[in-house]
Amino acid sequence: MIIDSQRITLDTKSEHVHGHGVGDHLYVHKHSIVHDLPAQVKVVAAIGFIFIVVLTPVHAVWAFALYLTMMFIVVGLAKLHFPLVLRRMLIEIPFVIFAVLMPFFGSAPRIEVLGISLSEAGLWAAFGILAKGTIGVITSVTLAATTRARDLLQGLEAIRVPAVLIQIATFMLRYSAVVTNDLARMKVARESRGFSATGIKHWKVLAHSAGALFIRSYERGERVHLAMLARGYNGTIIDLYKPIVVRRDWLIALVLPVLAIAIMMIAWVTL
Amino acid sequence: MHMPDGLINAQVSIGAAVIAAGAITVGLKKSKGTLDSQTAPLAGLVAVFIFAFQMMNFPVAAGTSGHLMGGALASILVGPYVAILVMTVVVSLQALVFADGGLSALGLNLLNMGIVSIVVSTILFAGLMKLLPKTRISIIGVSATVAFISVLASAGAFVFEYSLGGNATYNIASVLISVMSVHVLIGIGEAIITGLTIGAILATRADLVYGARKFLPAHNLLIKESVVA
Repeated sequence: MIIDSQRITLDTKSEHVHGHGVGDHLYVHKHSIVHDLPAQVKVVAAIGFIFIVVLTPVHAVWAFALYLTMMFIVVGLAKLHFPLVLRRMLIEIPFVIFAVLMPFFGSAPRIEVLGISLSEAGLWAAFGILAKGTIGVITSVTLAATTRARDLLQGLEAIRVPAVLIQIATFMLRYSAVVTNDLARMKVARESRGFSATGIKHWKVLAHSAGALFIRSYERGERVHLAMLARGYNGTIIDLYKPIVVRRDWLIALVLPVLAIAIMMIAWVTL
Repeated sequence: MHMPDGLINAQVSIGAAVIAAGAITVGLKKSKGTLDSQTAPLAGLVAVFIFAFQMMNFPVAAGTSGHLMGGALASILVGPYVAILVMTVVVSLQALVFADGGLSALGLNLLNMGIVSIVVSTILFAGLMKLLPKTRISIIGVSATVAFISVLASAGAFVFEYSLGGNATYNIASVLISVMSVHVLIGIGEAIITGLTIGAILATRADLVYGARKFLPAHNLLIKESVVA
């Protein structure tokens, strides 16, 4: 592990930081209206939107087309590259297989498509899972790509998520790189002793690594805690930077779920 | 497996979220007594560990892969209440920061991978340890057994949710058979890795294993009254 001391700089002048912080695996730094919205506003809008999508009847195909268009507009406003969003959507594949197989096994009535007998109910259910799942993944990816992990946690704290959970999450993100490096060093150490994992017979060695990793992580946790106590930690973390939320932020973000509610209501009425 | 949006209907998703929120509240209350303000840094590092543990993927039939869950491991290592907080943070961050698992299915994923597996493994661990001799070998064996059953319990919870509000046309019996057969394989992997990991930790720092603390002899610091010349 090489530590590049040139890259460690103290940025005390501005809040505006370029590049990636801890836990920002999916974060894509851009300047856009979506990036600028406070994190909690985006989380509430995204969760609200997804629940409305899930509540929409599957037979209203046009409604899902509109939802998808809305998310494409959001992705466009966020200046994200579509290939990147598509690549992250691959996470959905096991469920795509689950959905695609459904029409072949579903019950009657069956309809003929290209000479293959398919279940009508199965087709609709498969469409529903694919449509809702896809819109859900695009929403999650857009949220993750436009929100820094640090901002997300501050935002969640502002909407009354218990402080202990926020602190655990903060430590998790803060130390994930440290623990990953620990893991990498252990891998190098194993391999320099001539080890390569080829099968079940090597699980014991890997489990020993996992055990050692736990002990290292736990002991690091103890050390960090003691160091924090020495600096006056009493269970609360004072944050000097508080994101400011104005009503305009809410108005912009809530356009998405409010439009979706209108679409869902029309879908139910016209069904 | 992290469920996506739309697989289970909104009513059941919200119900699961309410149950999960209740369990998290209990976890928050009870963990205060056991760890005080230590909860945050320690639980945070345990969360990183579980997160790394979950990244161990192994291929299961038909192009899908299963990953380890870590619920049983967490509950044996740090106790059920801190484990609930740890799993909550891990699963929530996976949904919010890594886009893994649907946002509307967060309650379901928290319930299946966190709460169900923690509750099942805690009860089972305590019950089995009552029956067996209090040795290192039986702690390891019980950990592995508990890990195996906790994975099946998570899968069972999914099948139950599916039967209540699944948006699919597969009948319950075939879902039960296919989900369970996949999770038997995942469970075996989880059992072996959990048992071996607990064994490795017991060998060096047995005092760190919450589940074993009661059973293993305490190594107290021995201060002799006089030094024999």
